[in-house]
Parts: sequence; structure tokens; C-alpha cells
Amino acid sequence: MAEPVHASPAHDEHHHEQSFWRKYIFSTDHKVIGVQYSVTGLAFLLFGFVLMMVMRWNLAYPGEPIPFIGSLLGENRAPGGIMLPDFYNELGAMHGTIMVFLGVVPLAVGGFGNFVMPLQLGAPDMAFPRINMISYWCLFLGGVTMFASFFLPNGAAGNGWTSYSPLADIALNGQTAWLIGMIFLITSSLLGAVNFITTAIQLRAPGMTWMRLPFFCWAQIVTAFLLLLAFPPLEAAGVLQLMDRVANTSFFIPEGLVVGGEVVDRSGGGSPLLWQHLFWFLAHPEVYVLILPAMGIVAEVIANNSRKPLWGYRSMVYSLIFLGFMSFIVWAHHMFITGMGSVMSTFFQTTTMIISIPSVIILSALFISLWGGSIRYNTPMLFALGFLPMFGIGGLTGLPLGLSAADIPLHDTYYVIGHFHYVVAPGTLFALFAGVYYWFPKVTGRKMNEFLGKLHFWPSLVFMNGVFFPMMIQGLNGVSRRLADGGITYDFAGEVAGLNRMMSVSAWCLAVAQIPFIINFFMSIRNGEKAGRNPWNSTTVEWLAPSPAPHGNFDQPIEVVRGPYEYSVPGSDKDYVPQAEPAST
Amino acid sequence: MEIPYTVEAHPETGLNNGKIGIWLFLTSEVMLFGALFATFIMLRLGSDGNWAAMQAEAELNIPLATLNTAVLIASSLTMVMAWASLMRGQLGRFKLFGWLTVACGGVFLVIKYFEYTAKFEHHHYPESSTFLAIYFAMTGLHALHVIGGMAWNAYFTGPGSKLFHTNRQWLTDRVEHSGLFWHFVDLVWIFLFPVFYLL
Repeated sequence: MAEPVHASPAHDEHHHEQSFWRKYIFSTDHKVIGVQYSVTGLAFLLFGFVLMMVMRWNLAYPGEPIPFIGSLLGENRAPGGIMLPDFYNELGAMHGTIMVFLGVVPLAVGGFGNFVMPLQLGAPDMAFPRINMISYWCLFLGGVTMFASFFLPNGAAGNGWTSYSPLADIALNGQTAWLIGMIFLITSSLLGAVNFITTAIQLRAPGMTWMRLPFFCWAQIVTAFLLLLAFPPLEAAGVLQLMDRVANTSFFIPEGLVVGGEVVDRSGGGSPLLWQHLFWFLAHPEVYVLILPAMGIVAEVIANNSRKPLWGYRSMVYSLIFLGFMSFIVWAHHMFITGMGSVMSTFFQTTTMIISIPSVIILSALFISLWGGSIRYNTPMLFALGFLPMFGIGGLTGLPLGLSAADIPLHDTYYVIGHFHYVVAPGTLFALFAGVYYWFPKVTGRKMNEFLGKLHFWPSLVFMNGVFFPMMIQGLNGVSRRLADGGITYDFAGEVAGLNRMMSVSAWCLAVAQIPFIINFFMSIRNGEKAGRNPWNSTTVEWLAPSPAPHGNFDQPIEVVRGPYEYSVPGSDKDYVPQAEPAST
Repeated sequence: MEIPYTVEAHPETGLNNGKIGIWLFLTSEVMLFGALFATFIMLRLGSDGNWAAMQAEAELNIPLATLNTAVLIASSLTMVMAWASLMRGQLGRFKLFGWLTVACGGVFLVIKYFEYTAKFEHHHYPESSTFLAIYFAMTGLHALHVIGGMAWNAYFTGPGSKLFHTNRQWLTDRVEHSGLFWHFVDLVWIFLFPVFYLL
């Protein structure tokens, strides 16, 4: 199959016969691109996880040589295998950047959005297939840039995933690579967002009205709008920070900045707060970019496996749109301790309290959807059910951070890390795993193994909580989230410093718990149980296409006649009625 | 495989895919330049009243910028004429106005080049003051957009115009979309000119 097809007159009849490169590498087929995105995303998730596992060594055993890999890291990172604080900072910054921009977003939006949304809409492909391809390759270049920056003489960026100025302005080379990488990633997301929205507007199958769209599609549409409108300000900020670094401008450098005892030789007059505003104007909507597709996946899996329509579909959709809108006016709740003033804080804590309402509506609707259903506890469903309380904990622990008075003591502690990771790790990541198990048959034509799936889920659930719950306890005791040694040098960490070992061991066990998933993933591609078109007896349109779906997706015309979740309809001969199945006469 | 509504309009929206795509792209461009204008405002408000002094020191060339404004407005006119010629099926006139549009973009860049080099000769660099920093950042980004628009127009006027003989409607739509982008780039300059040179 690796042989390129030679152009010859005999091949002219076979229009669809494409070379290996066109078919699998530079493909314009949304399904292939979706798989490329997903595999890239999963690989970077693993890589980002590895970075964190190395960090956790130093948190649990500060000053002790890192086992196994310590000697490989080099003298400028870990002399004698003992991690330097600068290297810890690098790992921390790159862990955040990679997990958010190269792990979750490519998988949740690029992967699932690309693969599933056109199928659910009943579309033959995305509206702009070539732009879709370019979007993936921009992401790829951004990923390569980020990865390669580790091998720069001074290492990768080490200024946090937030890259606050003026620190990031005067930092070493890695930050420049970070900015260049980000510009690729932003371009990728912008191109993708234009494509997603256009596809949703133009290419829905006949009869697929807006209120018949599966919730997942709504989540992708709102997400695409967030990417489209929130990313450009970060692109602007990135360009300005790049100018600060390479053209010695002072966009983010105030007058009289002293570094190492000397006044920096710059014109000054800039504002470090400006960077934070521009950054969080993206990065707050970005949090919703991470969570909304996850909610979409969970909604699909829960409706399918509780064999019930989603409870309150319309209010969920309206909440989603409201959530998307509100997410643009809450950004400065990340900046309560910057001294921007109590008037600003009051405004942003009010909008923050308001934005929690639609999130609660969606989560409650998902919980109520379970009520009275005949639930199938398969692997996708377990991950979706795991998502609900985990995201609940993440969301509820966010409320004290949204109130400026409560945020001030909590902000620089591990409490923030715990809160955010509950949202994104056992929250979003569980939803993404649910999606992988759920749509795997559509991608490969085979199901993943159920036993290995459960072996993946239960330990993951335990160890996720083992990693993140102690962070809340440490945070409430005031342990700073920015210390390479986990805070043991501070008295107040005292009794809770020991939790670091528990968290680190949990993290390493969590890694072991992912092994069944990796085995399952590769094994099932060839040896999984064969799945037909609709292995989950689902109603949405993607299950009418063959598994795996050919170029162009459907082998029959799609005419949608009903809503997306017609499960257990009274009087029907089976417990699901597909969206595009003609009404029985 | 054909993507539906690439050329013909969707019966419900009345638009083809490209039209929706370019408008969405332009909204993101509005956010990009919007963030930079917001930066401009923050820097100006945070300058403790030094802004006018920094601006005076930069000695921006108002006559040249006025000329450039006229050149860009003229190019918007030729852009519309190019599209209108295609609507009437006149390939020759389309090519004439298309190349005129590209040429106007070129004239704009040449004038901008003289402006920039004049600044550098007087040792006015982006690092000299926050005024010059945001001036070079915004006009530089705008110039990149001009180059992008020129490349886009040059492609459709040159090699891309072969489409005229096979799918005239498609070519017309594509030129309309590149025209929307070109007008947007023009509009950005209409904001940049007073903000940097006149205010």
C-alpha cells in the first residue's frame, strides 16, 4: 500500500485511486485528517504526561537524583541526575502548553470535531477540505517547533504556559521558539474554526434543522466561535512579545525595570498587565474550548447508553450558546491579585458567577438524563459517568476562585492547580476517552476490548483523584504552586508536604493504568470485535455510514426526519429510531 | 467528490461556502486588529502624557501617508471594477483592473518602504519609544496583509483566470471574496492613518 500509484492511462477510470501520500499523509478527507489530529493529540498528551511525571519526582523527592532517566538529561538540566529549578520551570511551562494546545485541543476539536461532526451533519466532507489539510499541517509544524525547543542550548520556554511579561520578555531563547510555535498553533485553530462553522451552516443534510443537531455538533460550533474570536488577540499579543524579544521594544516592559540589580536598557512605557489582559482574553474562552467538546461527547454517550432522550435538550443548547458568549467577559477573574482595582474585580466576579449558571444547567441536565434509563455500563459510558462528578468537583471548587476576596489567599496555591486539573484531567480527558471508545468502531470498523477498557477506567478514576484531591488540601494550607521542591523549605507546608509523595505515586500509577488503553488501542485496530454500521444502536446520522466510512461518507442519500435522541419511543419495534430513518407508515 | 455549495448558493442561506468562510475569517481579523488597537489605547493612556511628545519625535510623514491613503482607496475602486468586469464577462477588462489593483498595492508598499527607511535613517527604531513600537507593529502587520492580498489577486488575475473558460461563476465568486479581503485591508489603513498620523 506504500507504493505510489503511477499515472498511466489505465488509471484514468479510477478517479478515487490516490497515491499513498495523498490518501494518508496530505489527505483532504475529513476522516483521515480527524485521525491525524487524534493521533497527534494522543501522542502529545502522553508526552505532556511524561513531562509531568518527571516534575513529580522532584516534588516528592527534592534534591534526589531522578531514577532511570536522570543521567540522560544532561549537565545543564540535571547535574548528577538532580533536577535544577530552571529545568523544573521548563517542564512546567511546556507541560501546560503541550497539554492544552497540542493535546486536548487537537484531540477534542481537531480530532473529534473533524471526524464526527460532518458525519453527524450528514455532510460528504468539510466545506474547505484543502484548508482542513493546511490546518492540520500548521498544527504539526507548531508541535515540531515546541518539541524541538527542548533541544535549544538554553532549553525550552520556562515561563509558565501563561508566559507572563516582563519575565517572558527577558527570558532565554526558548521563549522565542514558544512564540513561533504558538503562532503556528493559532493559525491552525483559526483555519479550523472557519471551516467548522461554514460546514455547520452550509452542509447539513436535508431536514437537519438547527434543533435536530446532535448536542455534540452544537458544542463544536460554539467552540469554533470561541477559537475564531478569542485566538486573534493572543496572536497579536504573541507578535508584540516577539517584538519585545527580538526588536527590543517595550510593549510589556515598564519603565525602570530592574533585572539582576541593573536597570534594563529599554525605552520602557509598556504594561505587564496588558499582556495578562490579552492572554486571558484568549485563555479564558480556551478553557471552554477544552470543556465544551467534552460535554458534547458525554451528552452523546449518555443519551445512547441510558437509552433515553437527553433531558432538556433545548435548554442545554441555549445554555451552551450563553456560555460561549459569557466566556468572553470573564477573563480578568484570573487577574484578581494583579491590583487592577476593586471596580474591575467586582465586574468580573459578577460575570463569573453568572457563567456558572449555564454550566450547572448542562451538568444537571446530563445527570437528570440518567434518571429512569436502562443504563448500559460499557466502557464509553463508564468514562462519561466518571466525567460527571469529576467535572462537578472541578466546577464547584472554581466558585471560591471566582470571588475576588476568596481568590486572593487561594490564587497562588495548589488549590488552583487542583481545581483546574479536576476540570481538565478527570473531566475533559475522561470525556475524550469516552469518545475514543465510542467512535473507535466508526473509524476502524472494530470495537475496542471491553475488559481492557474497564481495566483502564477503574484505576484511572482512583489515581486521578489520588493526584488531584491532595492538591486541594495542600492549597487550603497555603502551599505555593510555583515551588520546584514542593514547598518543603517552608514551615507552613509542614504536615501537608508529605502528600507530595502520595500524589507522585498516584501519578506514576496513573501512567501504568494507561497501558491497557495503549494495548487496547493498537490491538483492536486489527483484532477487535468486528462492528457493523451501528454497533451501539445509536440514532445519530454518523452510524448510517459504513464503518469505516468511505471517501464521501454515505452510500445512501440522507434525509433527516426527526430529532437526534429518539430512544425508547413508545410503540416503536426497537428502542431507537435513527434520525434519518423514514417514518413507518 | 464535489463539495456542495462551492459555487452555487445554498437555498436557505443564499450564500456559497466561500462567502461565509471569508466573512468568518474577516471577523477574526477584526479581533486581531481590535486587540492591537486596544493595545494602542492602553499604551497611550499609560504614557503619563508623553504620547504627544513621542509622536512629535517620530516625525511621521503626513503627506506621504495621505498619498498612500489615496493609492489604497484607488485600489479598492479598481478591485470593484475588476469584479464588475467579470460579472459582465469581460476577461480583458478584468485582467486590466486586476493588475491595476496589484500595482496599487505595490505602489503603497514602495511608499511605505521609503517611509520606513526615512525613520531608520533618523535612528527611529521600534525600540525607540512605545509609540514607534506600536506604529511599526501595526503598519508592519498591515503591510503583510497588503502583500497577502496582492498575492491573492495576482493569482486570480494571472494563472487562476483560466477558470474563466470553465467555470466563470466560480472565478467571479473567488474574485469577490478576495475583493472583500482587499477592502478590509483598505479599511484597516483608513483607521491606522488618522490614529498614527493625525490624532
